[in-house]
Amino acid sequence: MKEADRKSVRLEILRAADAESEQWLQHIDYPVSDDGENVASALKRINSGCFTDTDGRSVEPVGFECSCLQKKCGACAMVINGTPRLACDARLSEFVKSGTVRIEPLKKFPLVRDLIVDRGAVFERLSELRIWLEGQGRADSRIKDDVYDASRCLQCGCCLEVCPNFSTAVSFGGMSTAMAMSRIIPMVSGEQRKELYSTYRKAVFEGCGKSLACRSICPAGIDIERQLVRSNAAAVWKRRLRPAKKK
Amino acid sequence: MERAIIIGAGLAGLSSAIQLAEAGRPSLLISRQQSERAQSVLAEGGINAALDTMGEGDSASQHYEDTLRGGAYLADPNAVAGLVRHAPEIVRSLSELGVPFNLTADEDIMLRPFGGQKKRRTAYAQSSTGKMIMTALIDRARSFEGSGLIKRLPHHELLRLLISGSRCVGVRVRDVFSGRLADISGSVIMCCGGMNGVFPGMTTGTTANTGDAAAALFSQGVRFAGLEMLQYHPTTIGIPGKRCLITEAARGEGGRLWIKKKNGQRWYFMEEKYPELGNLMPRDVVSREMYFVRRQQDTEGEVLLDMTELGKEVWGSRLSDMREEIKSFTGLDPAETPIEVHEGIHYFMGGIHTDEKHRTSLSGLYAAGECACQYHGANRLGGNSMLGAIYGGRVAAAALMSDQPEVGEEQPIRFSLRNDEDPLSQESRGDFEQALCRVLLGGLGIVRSGELINAALEGLDELEKRGLSPREKNKLRLGRAMLLSALERRESRGAHFREDFPETDDSQHSTVTAQIIGGEITLGRFEIPVRRAEPEHERS
Ligand SMILES: Cc1cc2nc3c(=O)[nH]c(=O)nc-3n(C[C@H](O)[C@H](O)[C@H](O)COP(=O)(O)OP(=O)(O)OC[C@H]3O[C@@H](n4cnc5c(N)ncnc54)[C@H](O)[C@@H]3O)c2cc1C
Ligand code: SF4
Ligand code: SF4
Ligand code: FES
Repeated sequence: MKEADRKSVRLEILRAADAESEQWLQHIDYPVSDDGENVASALKRINSGCFTDTDGRSVEPVGFECSCLQKKCGACAMVINGTPRLACDARLSEFVKSGTVRIEPLKKFPLVRDLIVDRGAVFERLSELRIWLEGQGRADSRIKDDVYDASRCLQCGCCLEVCPNFSTAVSFGGMSTAMAMSRIIPMVSGEQRKELYSTYRKAVFEGCGKSLACRSICPAGIDIERQLVRSNAAAVWKRRLRPAKKK
Repeated sequence: MERAIIIGAGLAGLSSAIQLAEAGRPSLLISRQQSERAQSVLAEGGINAALDTMGEGDSASQHYEDTLRGGAYLADPNAVAGLVRHAPEIVRSLSELGVPFNLTADEDIMLRPFGGQKKRRTAYAQSSTGKMIMTALIDRARSFEGSGLIKRLPHHELLRLLISGSRCVGVRVRDVFSGRLADISGSVIMCCGGMNGVFPGMTTGTTANTGDAAAALFSQGVRFAGLEMLQYHPTTIGIPGKRCLITEAARGEGGRLWIKKKNGQRWYFMEEKYPELGNLMPRDVVSREMYFVRRQQDTEGEVLLDMTELGKEVWGSRLSDMREEIKSFTGLDPAETPIEVHEGIHYFMGGIHTDEKHRTSLSGLYAAGECACQYHGANRLGGNSMLGAIYGGRVAAAALMSDQPEVGEEQPIRFSLRNDEDPLSQESRGDFEQALCRVLLGGLGIVRSGELINAALEGLDELEKRGLSPREKNKLRLGRAMLLSALERRESRGAHFREDFPETDDSQHSTVTAQIIGGEITLGRFEIPVRRAEPEHERS
């Protein structure tokens, strides 16, 4: 545990003043003072202190989003050493050995500045596809645990970043759309069922290559494969699956 | 149609927007971040309603009693009567929106015990009740986005209210992505959450509730109340950048608090001092005891929460998420090692002063959720704040509609101003915020005294001498009002404990209010309303 004490890591932060400006890398030798420190808390510390980069320039506040700092809101998703993940879940002690942490914004979304991107398209998609429960639904004990798991989606966009088929320009919504649908698929009834099933086939099933590149990336740890199998069974194969085994 | 403006898209904001939309009224839902990022998703434990599904003979009137007693009788009894009466219907309606509540053997909503309540009354969805309710309400709100009744402006923050005469006529907002500003007209419902940003790093909530909105309103003359009432949760752990809550369930399941004596012995101080309830005494009592035992000459180090004796099945089925969370943040396994815990600020009972219908001191302005001073008096019961946010959001929306049955023409929104055209655009500096927090905590800790509060007020005078930006000045002013409110309450009540006035004083059974009048912070006293014989608190 104490191994990380008094160590430092080199942060390589991809910066840009705005969407039009060219991106550039800023290198900061960052002293890791506490072994629980993570990328989000380091960025916060940089923004409230006097840090200089390796070229001796003082570091202007780095734009990034965060909120809960405990892996529950999805705000701080970014690309860290090539992998999309939550900055508040990326402990610096992980990187002390290799020595560098490359911090970049998600690339599938329009850049706002520094590490901030506009993920608005993810939310707009849900509205355009009319993903909501018309009338009433009830998560009874047969489906409760699956509804719970799907409802945990943070809409963070990490899965979309690694998905070979998703972009904001195509109609395929990716796994974040699939999770919002998987929540309500077991509860819809009447006319809405037909409509939602058909939307699911078009916006999820037909576009998904089922490579499951997204499976291990989900920071919420949602059992994506199980959700897909269930929603496919209902909306595509017209079958209902048995409830999950109690964890 | 002119849209109602809602600032904040957590539980209170969503609830207001949905209530308006269900009545066919359009709203503009403005928030710094998407709803998925709001603090409401962090709520774990549950939401209270006297559903009586556990066959204990619970009733709304017992919920009423517990809430008023918990709040040390500072809450508005008529407002609380409405809250508890509507609670069962609210929780049932959430269930019908697909919230996966834990269920009893006969498929009814399961209830768990929670601090300060005599009956099992807290509905929950495993360990993520807030997230589950938010997902369902976001879904519901989305259906009205589809029909255009709800329009969202995410990544926008409130800079200031637009006030004409003594009426709120709209807001100035800033797009935090583009830095452009717009003035938007309409009546306003504030749902901007707790004032976490006044105490950066010291609260269990989100860092994104900066408190700037509250500070701006206070500086514009809106009346606040109960600012001295901060709830400290006894069991929080320091994680980078904030305090992380360890749920009360940890003690409910058998976790014990102890501190090391200098002679090497473990002192189970709660069990020794309170043989009946021990570690499960109310939050304020546990927090205060922790403070006192740490300061004793014969103890050393921090208080430890010891869960090493909990059985396997408890870890497996009921506290597994918590164990993982503690492990991932501290590197320690609570099943094997006692964990250092410390008090952390968990809830703001005070805020924008509202009447029973959530009207504020300014006409055209309403407030609901944690930013409003309503329902919780001097201390909030666990499980009552989500309820208060949802119910309060509905009541505020209903009041707005009854005050303004006619709606005007909708104006297009024009982002015609730049960042540098309003000095409030400039965000506070981190070093100022840290300094302000340190000073305030000196006077607003768990144990307070006139001397400590006055020292903190002097600290603010010093801080004020630095060149402060307008936003920083607002925040400092709000902090000063908190200290002055704490100084004004010369008694101990609920979450407010004064070492120099340790008893509750019946002559101070009133709410302390704070408002800027003629440029000065002016304190007042607001009498607690008398309960009406036939409470009338209908929504429509
Ligand atoms: C760890 C934790 C556990 C909890 N557990 C429970 C529980 O079990 N039961 C319970 O009842 N309560 C619980 N609470 C309390 C409860 O979660 C909150 O009180 C409640 O969710 C507040 O809802 P809200 O809508 O008022 O505010 P929030 O959910 O905080 O939403 C505030 C909104 O305002 C926006 N905003 C803030 N400032 C601005 C600005 N300047 N301009 C524009 N928008 C702005 C934010 O972006 C956000 O959308 C818990 C709290 C925490 C921190
Ligand atoms: S399975 Fe493959 S194609 Fe489908 S959402 Fe996941 S990454 Fe994308
Ligand atoms: S499925 Fe997982 S990775 Fe994808 S948006 Fe939801 S939480 Fe993020
Ligand atoms: S800040 Fe909420 S997930 Fe990282």
